[in-house]
Amino acid sequence: MTRFLLGRLLLLVVGLFVASVIVFATLRVLPGDVAQVVAGTQSSPAQVEALRQQLGLGRPVVVQYADWIGGLFRGDLGRSLVTGGAVAPELAEKLSVTLPLAGMSLAAALVLGVPLGVLAAVLRRRAGGAVIAFVAQAVAAVPIVWAGLLLIALFAVTLHWLPPQGFPLDGWGEPGRAFAALVLPALTIGAVEGAVILRFTRSATLGVLDADHVRTAAAIGLSRTQALVRHGLPSVALTVLSVLGVQIAGLLVGAVVVEQLFSLPGVGRMLVTDVGRRDVTKVQSELLVLTGLVLLVGFAVDVLHRVLDPRQREAHE
Amino acid sequence: MIRRLLARPTGVFAVVVLGLLVVLALVSLVWTPQDPFRTDPFRQWSGPSAAHWFGTDASGRDIASYLLAGTRTTVLVAVGSGFIASVVGIVLTAVGSLTARWVREGTAVLLDILVAFPTLLTAMLLTAVFGGSLGVVVVSVGLSFGVTIARVARGEIRRIARSDFVVAARASGVGPLGVLTRHLVPNAAPLFTVQLSLAMATAVLAEAGLSYLGYGAGSDTASWGSMLADLQTYVGVHPWSAAWPGAAIALVVAALSLLGDAVRDATDPRLTTGDRAAGSGGGGRPDGPAGGGPARGSAGGATDAPTGGSAVRGTAGGAPGSDATTTPGVTA
Repeated sequence: MTRFLLGRLLLLVVGLFVASVIVFATLRVLPGDVAQVVAGTQSSPAQVEALRQQLGLGRPVVVQYADWIGGLFRGDLGRSLVTGGAVAPELAEKLSVTLPLAGMSLAAALVLGVPLGVLAAVLRRRAGGAVIAFVAQAVAAVPIVWAGLLLIALFAVTLHWLPPQGFPLDGWGEPGRAFAALVLPALTIGAVEGAVILRFTRSATLGVLDADHVRTAAAIGLSRTQALVRHGLPSVALTVLSVLGVQIAGLLVGAVVVEQLFSLPGVGRMLVTDVGRRDVTKVQSELLVLTGLVLLVGFAVDVLHRVLDPRQREAHE
Repeated sequence: MIRRLLARPTGVFAVVVLGLLVVLALVSLVWTPQDPFRTDPFRQWSGPSAAHWFGTDASGRDIASYLLAGTRTTVLVAVGSGFIASVVGIVLTAVGSLTARWVREGTAVLLDILVAFPTLLTAMLLTAVFGGSLGVVVVSVGLSFGVTIARVARGEIRRIARSDFVVAARASGVGPLGVLTRHLVPNAAPLFTVQLSLAMATAVLAEAGLSYLGYGAGSDTASWGSMLADLQTYVGVHPWSAAWPGAAIALVVAALSLLGDAVRDATDPRLTTGDRAAGSGGGGRPDGPAGGGPARGSAGGATDAPTGGSAVRGTAGGAPGSDATTTPGVTA
């Protein structure tokens, strides 16, 4: 276990390093003159020179990189090239929207995907099972923007149950309103990601329905349901867990589009705005934070899987 | 193989939808009912009619014509991404299996890391540098899936290389090139096709997402994603107007991911040679999402899909661990 943990930790650290190098190198080296790009085509040579000084572009690239990463450890992510504001506090504020959104989306995806997936498998020979599987296939193919638009059309415009867009200005000062603002966005992501989880849950459950140990459990006196719940579903849960690693990353990335659609002040929307402004210092930190979250989730899921799966424990120890 | 593909309803659906898409794209090159870009301030939001089959939008554009012109963008993005993904995937696979040992192992670790980068974030990174364009969409999806293909291929090639028939072929004097062309390539091809169809499905979703964000197709290119963005503004007034482009995208993405499932089922020898009953009453493998679901997850591909595990994988505990938890796809 220790050896696995150290190895996986090393992969995480190397992953973060590679991510930071790719992001940094792509943003600094590829476009040629960063200062020129940021300043725009209308700028005078003097403006470009001033910006170059401000960015510290005269220094060797390695020093610039070390400066960025060193700041990262001190909680200093530099300043915006456009507004001059510090990046770290703004990013923290935006995360207070994006992380709850991702959490709620995950909850929605699990609540929708897992029970329906098991149901679809149990009803495999009936119409109900086929209908659930068909709908899941269709929903999983839907562009997330469209899912959001339809939910807005239904729940906000037609039924007036929930606010269509926006987030309270004082953030979580009024938890009820902030929560209500996140319900539709979370349902949007949750429906689409939930459909994917449903499909995995269904095929994993189909796999255990006829597994020898479940059949034996039923044969020695448990009801079919008891046998499935006690002896089948634990291994289904492990499958869902390993899919979650990918899906949680999907949730975070899905937030980029959904925050735009619902006008939520989260990291995704911040990224979209800053990419448009070519605010290099902000974009590099936002991308690293988002990628870092994805890598961390992957790490956590791997470790959890290792702890929970007895086959893995025994096979390697 | 084609016959086996068409023996399944999902295969027929996929082939019909994708065939229709290509035909419509070709037709749109020479004919659309109206000029897809002509705006008409006196014809905003007109209902369906003989002249405007699906009505007009906020600027009086003919929705049917614009949808039709959008097929070109969709086909172009899907094919372009698939092409780049194939090239990148094949090159990386070659580097990862034919070079010196340390290069191979370095490549393996690098692939493990790179496969975790979400496609949409790659696209945003490239957009920050080069500005938004369809080219950026195509390149980012192509790169992401090239890495995924190489990573999935690694496991598969290793499995095939260790299999009895390859060992037997070697023992009977078949050279490395013979093993490659006669055994490795034909056996890895289905997996490759599955990943390719997932890459194309992802490309269509990514184009929609990025065009929606304003970083995909320019205003001079008809795109279903930009259409969603345009119609979003009017969701309060004409809530159901966005139905058309969304349905079109969903149809194409579903067809592409079903094509992946159908190709896998049609070519998997374990399914076509009577071993089917060994599954769970015919319900195990064939129903599983190919390689991590339609374009969104694509968890390291078919080897990691819960039902995609072969007998070899089964003993390894369903192959979770670092294998299963990478490759976030696009959620565009």
